[in-house]
Amino acid sequence: MERIPILRMGSLLLVTIQVDMHDQLAMTLQDDLTTAIAKYDSRGVLIDISSLEIVDSFIGRMLANIAAMSRVLDAHTVLVGMQPAVAITLVELGMSLPGVRTALNVESGMELLHSLDDRQGAEDGDAAEV
Amino acid sequence: MTGRGLKTAMPRKSETLPIWSASDIVAARQTVRQWAIDMKFTLVDQTKIVTAASELARNTLQHGGGGTMQIETDENGPYVGLRLTFVDKGPGIPDIQAAMKDGYTTGGGMGLGLSGSKRLMSHFEIETKVGEGTRVVVTRWK
Repeated sequence: MERIPILRMGSLLLVTIQVDMHDQLAMTLQDDLTTAIAKYDSRGVLIDISSLEIVDSFIGRMLANIAAMSRVLDAHTVLVGMQPAVAITLVELGMSLPGVRTALNVESGMELLHSLDDRQGAEDGDAAEV
Repeated sequence: MTGRGLKTAMPRKSETLPIWSASDIVAARQTVRQWAIDMKFTLVDQTKIVTAASELARNTLQHGGGGTMQIETDENGPYVGLRLTFVDKGPGIPDIQAAMKDGYTTGGGMGLGLSGSKRLMSHFEIETKVGEGTRVVVTRWK
C-alpha cells in the first residue's frame, strides 16, 4: 500500500509530503502518525508541506486532526513551509487552521518544537529519581 | 495542452474528465492546474482555482456518487476566464440555503466545499433537483 514515510529522529517524527495526496493517502498518514507518536513516545511532529501546491479542506482537516491528536498524546505538531499562495487560498476557503502551530521553514520549526517540549527539563529530574 | 485544434488566438477549448474515484480528484486537480498555467493565471489564482476544483470534485464524488468535470475557456467581451462544470446524477441537495453555509456538512467534512469554492471563484452557480442530481458551474476571470 502507498504510504508517506515517517522519519524518526530522537524524540521527534518528521514527515515531508511530496506528492499530490489522494484522500485515502491523507487518512493513512493521519493514522500512521498518531500510531507512531504513541509507539515511540514522541515529543513532537514536524510536517513539511513546502512541496504541496494546494491544501484543500480535506487535507486541512487532516492536518488539524494530526495536531489535535498529537496534543492529546502529549506531543506537539508544527507545520512548516506552507507556500504563500496556499496560505492565501486556505484562509479564503475558510480554514485558518486554528490550533495548528506553524513555522516558515524546517529550521525554525525544529527550534519551536524544542522550545515546546515541556518534558525536557522534567526528564532530568525523572532520571535522578530512578 | 497547447496545439489541440488551435484555430484562433484564444480558441474555445473543452475537456471532460470522469470523477468516480479519489484518484480522479487528483487527476482533476492536475488537469485544472495545467489549464490555469496555459491560460497564464497568476500563481495565487491557479492555487485558488485548483483548490475550488478539488472541493467541488470531492462533492461530486462523495455526495453525488460520481460524475464529470468539464473544463473550458470562457470569454465575456475583453475578459477571459476558466470555467468548470461539475455534474452528477446523485440525490440532489434538499436544502440548498443550508448547504451553502460555512460549516454545514452531511459528509463528515468541514462543510466548506460549496461556500469556500464560491469565495475562491469569480462566479458560482448551482442547480440541484432532489432525486435527479446537481450541477455546479464556477468561473474564474483573469
